[in-house]
Amino acid sequence: MSLTRIPEVSSEFPGHEHGHLEDLRHDPVGLLHRVREECGDVGRFRLGDRDVVLVSGAEANESFFRAPDSVLDQGEAYPFMTPIFGKGVVFDATPEQRQEMLKNQALRGDMMRGHATTIEAEINRMVAGWGEEGEIDLLDFFAELTIYTTSSCLIGKPFREELDASFAQHYHDLERGTDAIAYVDPYADIESFRIRDAARERLVALVQEIIDKRVARGTVPREERDLLDVLISLTNPDGSAYYSADVITGIFISMMFAGHHTSSGTAAWTLIELLRNPSIMASVVAELDDLYADGSEVSFQALRSIPQLEAALKETLRLHPPLVLLLRVAQEEVELGGFAVPAGTMVGATPRVSNRIAADFPAPDRFDPGRYIDPRQEDLQNRWTWIPFGAGKHRCVGNAFAMMQLKAIFSVILRDYTFEMAQPAESYRDDTSKMVIQLEQPCRVRYRRRVR
Amino acid sequence: MRVEADTGLCQGHQMCQGEAPSVFGFDAATDVVVLLEEEPDESLRDAVATAVKYCPAMALTLHD
Repeated sequence: MSLTRIPEVSSEFPGHEHGHLEDLRHDPVGLLHRVREECGDVGRFRLGDRDVVLVSGAEANESFFRAPDSVLDQGEAYPFMTPIFGKGVVFDATPEQRQEMLKNQALRGDMMRGHATTIEAEINRMVAGWGEEGEIDLLDFFAELTIYTTSSCLIGKPFREELDASFAQHYHDLERGTDAIAYVDPYADIESFRIRDAARERLVALVQEIIDKRVARGTVPREERDLLDVLISLTNPDGSAYYSADVITGIFISMMFAGHHTSSGTAAWTLIELLRNPSIMASVVAELDDLYADGSEVSFQALRSIPQLEAALKETLRLHPPLVLLLRVAQEEVELGGFAVPAGTMVGATPRVSNRIAADFPAPDRFDPGRYIDPRQEDLQNRWTWIPFGAGKHRCVGNAFAMMQLKAIFSVILRDYTFEMAQPAESYRDDTSKMVIQLEQPCRVRYRRRVR
Repeated sequence: MRVEADTGLCQGHQMCQGEAPSVFGFDAATDVVVLLEEEPDESLRDAVATAVKYCPAMALTLHD
């Protein structure tokens, strides 16, 4: 079976030895859109010596997202993550099992109330020093905030209390170390990979310091323990530690990864879109003022329906999905959109492109939260193309947590502050040079405390 | 109204049970939703619509 029946997309770098690698490194969004424009629902590009079959549209997406792990597997699809989690660090669990563990532990529905309280407290701490007015960088601010919220909710409060902005900075350097060149060589000698590896070493050193303190302190009552206490309590038969600081750091990095840059970026883009669309900002602020007029708690309301804000968050996620390309590797021959795709082929779906299909989302480039209000419900109507969280069995298990967190963040900051852009509206844009897409700096806004 | 649950998509979050416990049950053995009532009473429309809207796996559908 050959792949040549599937049309191959053009390249901005024709004849390059690694196929479309340079396209992916320079303008991934342009490459992904071009596949649909030139090839339709099923197209193809090349990454080093591998073919990547890229699908979009409801029918092909459904086949992609419904395929079981035995057919389309995530395991080898993200080689740029291996050096971040740690080379040779084996957790005795597949990505699916880790996701399942997270869902059953930290992300359980009955844990959400506690998480909401934690998140409200973390936002209040971040803005405590803001004063009457000032300016923030959206990437720095939300990346730091979400380090504290994810570490506190997923690992535990005692661990979070040991962290400061330096942890967020090193973590950010890890996220920047996701150059697509990893598809050819994850350990290539390039600057962002050197920074990545140095950042991981510093994170291990920070975790080692915390472990040393815990060991010196001795055991504490069960109710005061966090995940770190549990991990360092495990020993080999000879009494030595079962997990090294290196492995524990790898476990923490991997637990936090899916929830960090994603939530951070979505918070930043939501604020930008609200500032670009003042009438929608006004309706969201009015909704929140009404909701909190009786002095109710953010941790209570964030778990409940806040329709205008939710619609704005969903529309931000549609236009700015944190992950633009979701990948799998075919374990056996699979049919996608009428084409037989042979085992060993890399297969991708693209939230960035599917979320903007005009037939499903009229005026697809327009920020229009009205799409989600009854009876339009364009997310529920298009569950195979409205895919900022992916779809199917592997749909992001943290999506309810993420929405709650975003509702809590905007409840606090829009209740207490007004914002304005500190640079031209069009100058806020993503840096797409890495597989983990983040806002390009500068991305500054001004705030002013609201007068009541 | 008629409710549909796609057990191929359900991730077992059990949020729907909180919204409409008389309509949505749970099979612990297979970790997926069980429909207790495929055509719930009209009085349950708001609760069922909320369950559909907030299902974290987008596994529920409401037909009029």
